[in-house]
Amino acid sequence: MRVVLAEDLFLLRDGLVRLLESYDFEVVAAVDNGPSLLQALVEHRPDVAVVDVRLPPTFTDEGLQAALEARRQVPGLPVLVLSQYVEQLYARELLADGSGGIGYLLKDRVFDPDQFVDAVRRVAGGGTAMDPDVVARLFAKDVHQHGAMGRLTPREREVLALMAEGRSNAAIAQRLVVTERAVIKHTSNLFAKLGLSPSDDDNRRVLAVLAYLR
Amino acid sequence: MRRDQADSCPDGCGTPSDEGNGTMNLGTGTDPGTGPGADPGTDMGTGISTRTALGNRLRSVVAGLPVVAVALAELVLCTLFLTGVALLGVGLGLLLVPLLAVALRATVNVSRRTAGRWSGTRIPEPYLPAPDHEPGLKGRWQRTHWVLTDPATWRDLGWALVNPVVGAVLALLPLSLVLGGLGGMLMPAMYRPVIDANGGANWYLFVRVTDLTTAWLAAGVGLLGLLAGLAVGPWTLRAHAALARKLLAPTRTAQRMQHLTETRSEAVHSSAAELRRIERDLHDGAQARLVALGMNLGVAEQLLKKDPEAVGAILADTRKASATALTELRDLIRGIHPPVLADRGLADAVRALALDSPLEVTVNAELPGRPEAPVESAVYFAVSETLTNAAKHAAPDTVIVDLWYAEGALRGRVTDDGRGGADASRGSGIRGVQRRLAGFDGLLSVDSPDGGPTIVTMEVPCELS
Repeated sequence: MRVVLAEDLFLLRDGLVRLLESYDFEVVAAVDNGPSLLQALVEHRPDVAVVDVRLPPTFTDEGLQAALEARRQVPGLPVLVLSQYVEQLYARELLADGSGGIGYLLKDRVFDPDQFVDAVRRVAGGGTAMDPDVVARLFAKDVHQHGAMGRLTPREREVLALMAEGRSNAAIAQRLVVTERAVIKHTSNLFAKLGLSPSDDDNRRVLAVLAYLR
Repeated sequence: MRRDQADSCPDGCGTPSDEGNGTMNLGTGTDPGTGPGADPGTDMGTGISTRTALGNRLRSVVAGLPVVAVALAELVLCTLFLTGVALLGVGLGLLLVPLLAVALRATVNVSRRTAGRWSGTRIPEPYLPAPDHEPGLKGRWQRTHWVLTDPATWRDLGWALVNPVVGAVLALLPLSLVLGGLGGMLMPAMYRPVIDANGGANWYLFVRVTDLTTAWLAAGVGLLGLLAGLAVGPWTLRAHAALARKLLAPTRTAQRMQHLTETRSEAVHSSAAELRRIERDLHDGAQARLVALGMNLGVAEQLLKKDPEAVGAILADTRKASATALTELRDLIRGIHPPVLADRGLADAVRALALDSPLEVTVNAELPGRPEAPVESAVYFAVSETLTNAAKHAAPDTVIVDLWYAEGALRGRVTDDGRGGADASRGSGIRGVQRRLAGFDGLLSVDSPDGGPTIVTMEVPCELS
């Protein structure tokens, strides 16, 4: 699987390259600034891009802007954005085109290589990987507004949170140590409670959930 | 309706766009006029309390006497002070000037207070704050220098020369009219025993009193004089107070200087406190955790051969601890300078705030450019604090945040439809924000009637780039 990597700190870039290579990814380009990132993305058309939000030359959200621009030029290009902080504002911008293949994670998530690589693969496959932090904040807001969340059981809320992060039924089952059938039951229950129409497509399901939460 | 403004700015001070003198500390706390000049004559003829009105007028007539006494004291002290200045050359002045300045200022302050009472508006003291001075000769020189370089000292001296002349005339005019009037009114009574007995004729003003008829004429003129004295009493007092205000109130420059001194010292103190807080957070948080990480890794290294399983557990703990350290650092950074603010500027940073707020917040922000970073940050934290307060106390259904730029100032308004009754003077958070904005001549005011809505308005004069 071909990866383009953008990270301006040498130590982190180096570490990420090694991590990805040890999981049999092929890093076709590892860049350290916004303009070269855009160029590399359009030129290499990788299976997935792993991008730091803050990049030179401006040290603002250069990486995010380059990723969004690349997706405008190459629709559906899978991008996993890494950041020292997560913002709902940026999550929305990334999800806005509704075409999937989006990841938005805290850099800390790299500490758990299995989980991280799982997220990269999910994004490469057109799925979604939302940071638990973003999801938690969405939940915090929803409690005050819709009230529908209050009718969910604790287990259903757990399932909803994992779903919002972009995980499949199988992954949720594994995470919660229950059967997949149980997860499916929870899912259909909570969809009914929230008034969402069920969907078998994982990605469309995530987007529906995220749209509901915001 | 309750209205609280930045504490440095009581009602009646201008907006920041008003010649840049926005938050001057005018210090003009109004105090209801209780003196003789207060509310002169407005209740005459209304029949409500003619007696009180007459009493006020009589008091305003005699009020001139202490004015003259103070004016004379000022004149004497002024002369002494100038003598002290002249004696600076022989060294004695160093001793005299600061002492006489204290005496002169105390006396002039009496004039300020009196004038303040008559006009109903306090006249603040314009003096520069005393510097820290060393003991001994050097300290004396510092104090002398402080007194002589304060423009307020020289304006006091000017007042001390003007007041005995203009002040005395104004203050004594009503009294002399009344006394002279009384004298005229006594003419019919005095004519026979005094004037007639001594040769037959006497002048009362323009009336030549030669017989009883002319004596009564003089009495009529005297009555007019008396009434005129009573009528002009309050007026001359107010004229005197206006003169005092002109000469004794702080000048705009002095007010500006005082405001700048205050806000600068607040800015310095708050940034020092902020640095201390960051230092403490780093020390107790990230630094301590890094120490723990290092220790754990050391232990793991030791155990590597003996007990590989335990090492696995220690490493897992260590990883968790490093994630916690990161979270703490992230929160700390957010409190210092939020990343979105750095990335995108105020409008998007406020939108991000709105998304994170538990409330339903609508943001209308159209800024044609970016203000300077410190202004941006101050306004961001002002909006942040306001939203936090709304979520904590007001329980609103909706909140609207407007940000725009007009007339050379960045303006913001946060409107919530909550329960209202917010009092800015009770929230230390809002006070802190007001002080921070005051550093840029900015204002924040809270309008929060019971039952809502609460409208928090802020404005900071600035340029956009």
